Amino acid sequence: MNVGANGWLLARILRSPADAAALDAAGWTALIAIARAEQMIGTLAWRLHGTAMPPAVARILADARALAEHGRTLALWEAEAARRVLAPLGVPVVLLKGTAFVAAGLMAGQGRSIGDLDILVPRGSLHVVERALLANGWEWVKPDAYDDAYYRRWMHELPPLIHRDRDRMIDVHHTILPLTARITPDAEGLLADAVPLRAEEKGALAMLSRTDVIVHAAAHLFADGDLAGGMRNLWDVHCLIEEFGVEGLVERAEHHGLGDAVGRALRLAAALYGDGATLSPGDRACLRRVTARDGWGRATHPWTRLAFYVRSHWLRMPPAMLARHLWTKWRKQAAA
Amino acid sequence: MRHVFSVRIGPVGFRVGSDWRGPIRQLAALYAGYPQPEDGVPDFTVRLFAQRPWRRVIRPAVMIGGDFMIPDAAPLPLAQGLLAAEMAMNLQMALGQRRYLLLHASAVERDGRVLLMTGESGSGKSTLAALLSQRGWRLMGDEFALIDPVTGLAHAFPRLVSLKNAAIAVAEAAMPQARFGPLLEGTPKGAIRHLVPDAAAVAAMDTPGKPALLLFPRFGFAPDIREVAPGEVFMRLTQASTNYVAMGERGFDALTRLVLGIPAQAIDYPDTDHALAQVEALWDAL
Repeated sequence: MNVGANGWLLARILRSPADAAALDAAGWTALIAIARAEQMIGTLAWRLHGTAMPPAVARILADARALAEHGRTLALWEAEAARRVLAPLGVPVVLLKGTAFVAAGLMAGQGRSIGDLDILVPRGSLHVVERALLANGWEWVKPDAYDDAYYRRWMHELPPLIHRDRDRMIDVHHTILPLTARITPDAEGLLADAVPLRAEEKGALAMLSRTDVIVHAAAHLFADGDLAGGMRNLWDVHCLIEEFGVEGLVERAEHHGLGDAVGRALRLAAALYGDGATLSPGDRACLRRVTARDGWGRATHPWTRLAFYVRSHWLRMPPAMLARHLWTKWRKQAAA
Repeated sequence: MRHVFSVRIGPVGFRVGSDWRGPIRQLAALYAGYPQPEDGVPDFTVRLFAQRPWRRVIRPAVMIGGDFMIPDAAPLPLAQGLLAAEMAMNLQMALGQRRYLLLHASAVERDGRVLLMTGESGSGKSTLAALLSQRGWRLMGDEFALIDPVTGLAHAFPRLVSLKNAAIAVAEAAMPQARFGPLLEGTPKGAIRHLVPDAAAVAAMDTPGKPALLLFPRFGFAPDIREVAPGEVFMRLTQASTNYVAMGERGFDALTRLVLGIPAQAIDYPDTDHALAQVEALWDAL
């Protein structure tokens, strides 16, 4: 198979699992290393489930499926633990990202690795939510006056909390982009359109609407981050489009001011996992960053990575504020 | 990567890539009799690399990486590259192994039945396993015992036996015929010398055994033997397992079955002769 050992190898096998039949031992070895590095080994394992492969690979992927299944159980239990604490408050709670995908039984959640629990609540309810979590075993991860003040004033989420017994983090969001970003999505609209996961239950958890969930994935990738984890996030986008379609998506994205981000997410997801797309030079740069892995699972293209890292900060806040922020961080690091 | 070595140890295949030739050459020499990963596809990838390109040459320091990594792992000097490789392979097992319940224990087998020995570093579990392998026992491993959650059997993982400090001289004296790696001085754990498991251990490494006895050895005390109650055994083994929590219900079931299935004894010993006699006596009394 004429694909070098980089992120494109993983993309190609996810796109057409039948191509795995052409892999030799070195190809399988590289594929597994890349999938692990991108935290997509569970996704790969489910995608290839039932296709022919060497017994050694079959065992590795069976382990990966078991691992993902265990991760799913933990994620759902963590969501339930949060629900029990927050339901009495009468505050709407919307699950975001991986936990929402597995709770809704979506294709994007199949085999997906899930780290923190991400939830969205109304900004006006942040205080009661925070108090309830602190009263029920969650603690600040890294108490630091500057970081704490920064989060509260400028971020779209509370400083991360961790549960003292279960050792799991929760990120409490009130919108999907930092307040310092140039774009301001309609946070109230996200909550208003959210869909209950179990409609029959009072105080049930919800997830974003079928269009907003794609808008969030795109916002997270292009308007906030440095494209770290891009292969996984674009797989999310690809799966969500497969299941939900794109009807009304462009309008909704424009409404949030995220038309460009969503447009790019659709093109990149199509290029990696779908039928391809007409790509701009910017799109190509993103793909170069996203697929920057070698067959040993190592990060490659350091300058491209650095460029996107710088860009992420540029997007996140105005220049003067960025300079002040980096200065403060640098001084603290130097002091430590 | 520039230099590559692949090996299968028990049921687990590894691929080790290195920026330097030295560690790879040592691995190749010490693991000479071992097979390749099954189907040519290793379970885990290990990387030994320079933090910055020039650190390959100037004051070379070996960073440890791979499929599974811990942030801020301190690098080792190139002279300890073999230790770095062994640590990196152990790390992949500790963080990534989900097929077997891992017990931080040494294991030896006789007549298809397995003796497990677990304890803190310095308890003597590696030394005792190495010495028992000279007395009619088959060495299954000195670091990890692999418990299959489906069958309850212990699988061998006979990597190089890691002898530390005073244990080095004890093993060298008791096993003049054995092959050893280079003496590594001044490592984070003191002096270390690796012992190559004998040919019988490697030849039989695909044969699992049924756990029969669990011992908690403790070196440096007056001879004593006490029974350990199942509740305490269970708690101590959860501490001695690197993946008990991550295995979830399967881990709980596998550990429960093991603890309820075999007797457990704590043995204190002042020297290895005492320990070997205690072990043989307890084994004969089964």
